[in-house]
Amino acid sequence: MRILEDMDGTPVGRRVFLGLAAFGVSGIVWGSKAAGLMERLLGPITVKDGSGLLGLLPTGRFRIYSVVGSLPSRSTADWRLDVGGLVGAPYTIGYDELLAMPAVELTKDFQCVTGWRVPDVKWKGVPLAEVLDRARPQPGATALRLESFDGAYTESLTLDQARRSDVIVAYQLDGKPISSAHGGPVRLYVAPMYGYKSLKWLQRISLVDKVAPGYWEDQGYDVDAWIGHSNGRSDTPV
Amino acid sequence: MQRFDRTERWLHWANATLVGVLVATGAVLYSGDLSSIFGRRALIEQIHVIAGLCLPIPFLLALPGRRGRALRRDLNVLNRFSADDVRWLRSRGRDHTVRLGKFNPGQKLNTAFVGAALVTMLATGLVLRFFGPFPLAWRTGATFIHDWTALALGLAIAGHIALAVGDPHALRGMLRGTVPESWARRKRPRWYEAEHRPDRPPEDGGVSGRKIRERAGS
Repeated sequence: MRILEDMDGTPVGRRVFLGLAAFGVSGIVWGSKAAGLMERLLGPITVKDGSGLLGLLPTGRFRIYSVVGSLPSRSTADWRLDVGGLVGAPYTIGYDELLAMPAVELTKDFQCVTGWRVPDVKWKGVPLAEVLDRARPQPGATALRLESFDGAYTESLTLDQARRSDVIVAYQLDGKPISSAHGGPVRLYVAPMYGYKSLKWLQRISLVDKVAPGYWEDQGYDVDAWIGHSNGRSDTPV
Repeated sequence: MQRFDRTERWLHWANATLVGVLVATGAVLYSGDLSSIFGRRALIEQIHVIAGLCLPIPFLLALPGRRGRALRRDLNVLNRFSADDVRWLRSRGRDHTVRLGKFNPGQKLNTAFVGAALVTMLATGLVLRFFGPFPLAWRTGATFIHDWTALALGLAIAGHIALAVGDPHALRGMLRGTVPESWARRKRPRWYEAEHRPDRPPEDGGVSGRKIRERAGS
């Protein structure tokens, strides 16, 4: 085919290819700035948009991670929370009892360690401190082990971290009950730390005498996951 | 008449298979609704990564040596935009007086775009998977580029499949290698004439008799 007009044309195809490839690959370096810009521009729109087309765009949106073979699911009627370990008064409560406890609302971003950030998420739940105090932690208790009902996902916090006012046992997200995709009916929300600390499908809280790394920490993530000051990242703190 | 040789067809379908697996697993990793249905994130992620790492292999196998001759020639054709191609683009494909070569300029642009997008996806995917040695801002940048490029690439692939399904003769060219003479004469007149010209000029500084016979037989 090295014949007739096919070979006469201007050789621009390769230049288009190389130009686009250079643009795309260099985005590894400049992309985080562009990503921040997009999150700020589109994030507030997409998070309100709900089911619309904007929800398909890769910005300002939750990505759903599940560590087991299927999405864990439990009805509010069947859901229970056990609080035990090094406490004076271990207890178990159901969904309605949790909702009867004094609640707080936080409007804060959700920042994932893989880079995505959902701005201005409305959270509602009970301060973790309230949940813990009701069980009367013993003096030897210095840390928490948190367990999900998916049977695999675990997390850890120090007791001091757990008592912060921006750490809650959440049951509402953007004004609605938390869906199982988002870790419902009840999950943790640890505002100042990367998303993996906000354990989904919360089932059990045990007070212990030392921090034991959780699921993602066994995969190499930092145990103290302060946003902007861990995992080598420099995100704006929440 | 012959449009794509065995190597080109093999490369196309090897790529199609890999990209199909990547799109399917990528969609599950990306979409909350699909993740909810399938779970098994670790396994799907593993399949996605392996398919991605395999992506350059078919191309590297198909390109060199004798077996890659038709492929290299077609890449050269895809590189070149004739005056007719420009007219075709200007009229957005509606100018029917344009006489096209083996590929229409939309296919040429698509090749450049898809090629660049796949290189981008592979590079950013590598940073996502093996982020250890890189600054973490790169990981965020790679996530951003990977996601948006995937979206654009998905649209390009959807368009590619729709056009192929809409033109059974062109589709047959990639399935069996041949297209009807009437199709080539109507849709790719310059290519048709070039293939049927009795006095084809030499290729790569001289075509041996064997090559001429091969081409005549193909």
